[in-house]
Amino acid sequence: MTTQLTGVATARTAPNPAQAVGLMLLRNYLVYRSAWKIFVTGFIEPVLYLFSIGIGVGELIDTFEFNGRAIPYAEFVAPAMLAASAMNGAIYSSTFNVFFKLKFDKLYDQILATPLSTGDVARGEIAWGLVRGGVYSAAFIVVMLVMGLISSWWAVLALPAALLIGFAFSAVGMALTTYMRTWQDFEKVTLLQLPLFLFSATFFPISALGGWSWLIEISPLYRGVVLCRELTTGALSQASVISVVYLVVMGLIGLVVVRRRLSLLLLK
Amino acid sequence: MVNEASGESVELMISARGLTKTFGEVEAVRGIDVDVRRAEAFGFLGPNGAGKSSTMRMIAAVSPPTGGTLEIFGLDPTAHGAGIRARLGVCPQQDSLDTELNVFDNLYIYGRYFGIPRADVKARAHELLEFVQLTDKADSRIDSLSGGMKRRLTIARSLINSPDLLLLDEPTTGLDPQARHVVWDRLFRLKQQGVTLVLTTHYMDEAEQLCDRLVVMDKGRIVAEGSPLALIAEHSTREVAELRFGVGEHEGTAARVSDLGERVEVLPDRLLVYAEDGEEVVTKVHERGLSPVATLVRRSTLEDVFLRLTGRTLVD
Repeated sequence: MTTQLTGVATARTAPNPAQAVGLMLLRNYLVYRSAWKIFVTGFIEPVLYLFSIGIGVGELIDTFEFNGRAIPYAEFVAPAMLAASAMNGAIYSSTFNVFFKLKFDKLYDQILATPLSTGDVARGEIAWGLVRGGVYSAAFIVVMLVMGLISSWWAVLALPAALLIGFAFSAVGMALTTYMRTWQDFEKVTLLQLPLFLFSATFFPISALGGWSWLIEISPLYRGVVLCRELTTGALSQASVISVVYLVVMGLIGLVVVRRRLSLLLLK
Repeated sequence: MVNEASGESVELMISARGLTKTFGEVEAVRGIDVDVRRAEAFGFLGPNGAGKSSTMRMIAAVSPPTGGTLEIFGLDPTAHGAGIRARLGVCPQQDSLDTELNVFDNLYIYGRYFGIPRADVKARAHELLEFVQLTDKADSRIDSLSGGMKRRLTIARSLINSPDLLLLDEPTTGLDPQARHVVWDRLFRLKQQGVTLVLTTHYMDEAEQLCDRLVVMDKGRIVAEGSPLALIAEHSTREVAELRFGVGEHEGTAARVSDLGERVEVLPDRLLVYAEDGEEVVTKVHERGLSPVATLVRRSTLEDVFLRLTGRTLVD
């Protein structure tokens, strides 16, 4: 039995912001190393949608026009599922998981007792959402490729696009989570998430919505869907540029809010 | 600060002057002065709500002071938070362990947060598990640990960076007697190795066992300061006679024994008579025809000092 502590393990310089993000990722990696099955299930959902709606319903539809081109219906739906799964994955890990760590596990209190800061926690957790979402998106892009649903080299940018969507929704999701008081508050998130998923030009073009289409055009998932769809079909337009700027700004605002809220909540 | 006897400079680990902390309308800490020197074991005593934990959070550089000055290692925690935290060990009141990781990984990742290299932190983690007798639990889940084990793990974690200053917020609250003694033993060893300990407690025996010096806090202020023995000498008598009467009889009986000691304290379940000779008090009580259900003569403890200073028991 050791009764005297002899070893001295010290580091007198605090980790820099990049190292801090790495450490937050390492922590999450250690958690999922033994829970990889939970990790894998996140990939299943968009694939199921793709098969049932894209392929199943697609059988009933001849061809479909997108940005002046005729494309098969499955090719229309697949990039939307890519964008939607990036959103869903990001919202899931930045709301439920973060709420648990914030309120019940007191994980961030533990971390803030070390040299790490609230900015490190915010960036680290959002980065983890990106890594997780990125793995799902990459796998989904491979499925699309195998099924012949990609028709342009621009599609290599679909993965960064999915990561950008993940960043925007992770940051805003985590920011909203800092305002949550109980688990019931998350029903409001689900209430927002479902219409976004159904109406953001995921399964049909927004022209079908007539006078309401402007509302969809300024909503975040639509921007992501447009971006992914233009990249995988190769039918690029200025809408993609608008989408990129929109999502970057959304993510940065979320990040600033998260950092300020964590300081307010945890460094009282 | 210069030690007058030796002429050597004494390093101040903590120095607070007029320190205050306000949460909205609530003044949790109302202007306290505290100095803690290197290798000292220093205690904050007080009932719940006295401002102990708020003070500890300010010292831990996770809560900005509202007013006054505070220096940890001679540094301002508002400006040098990360640098200060790098040299601190913090054992919070509630065990907040990372429940999604096993015992070893809790220590490993925590050490990594401090920027300690992989190999060093692994070696240190193994050594600390040994130190708190949890080596055979290295791969266990946190949920499977007992309260005492969790507390020992939290203490081990707070030592991962070989801190210069260890902050312990109620280190043995909620532990059974055996577990408390293990924790005390480990803290005592650390103290002997020269680690500066700052702890809060509302267990008087804990303060007497561990602290070289302590302050009693009440309603956000320091009401007494000194070594446990000095405080007892100053604020209490040598002995205490505890007299237990029937339910509801204590208030009425107090007046009939009040001249037997320097002071009488009425508790819900007993009377405490403070005197130099407790046995003599008990004898006289019987001579007066009073027949307490039970009597006990004991030495004065910090608890008596506490009752005197804060005017209430510690159960609130």
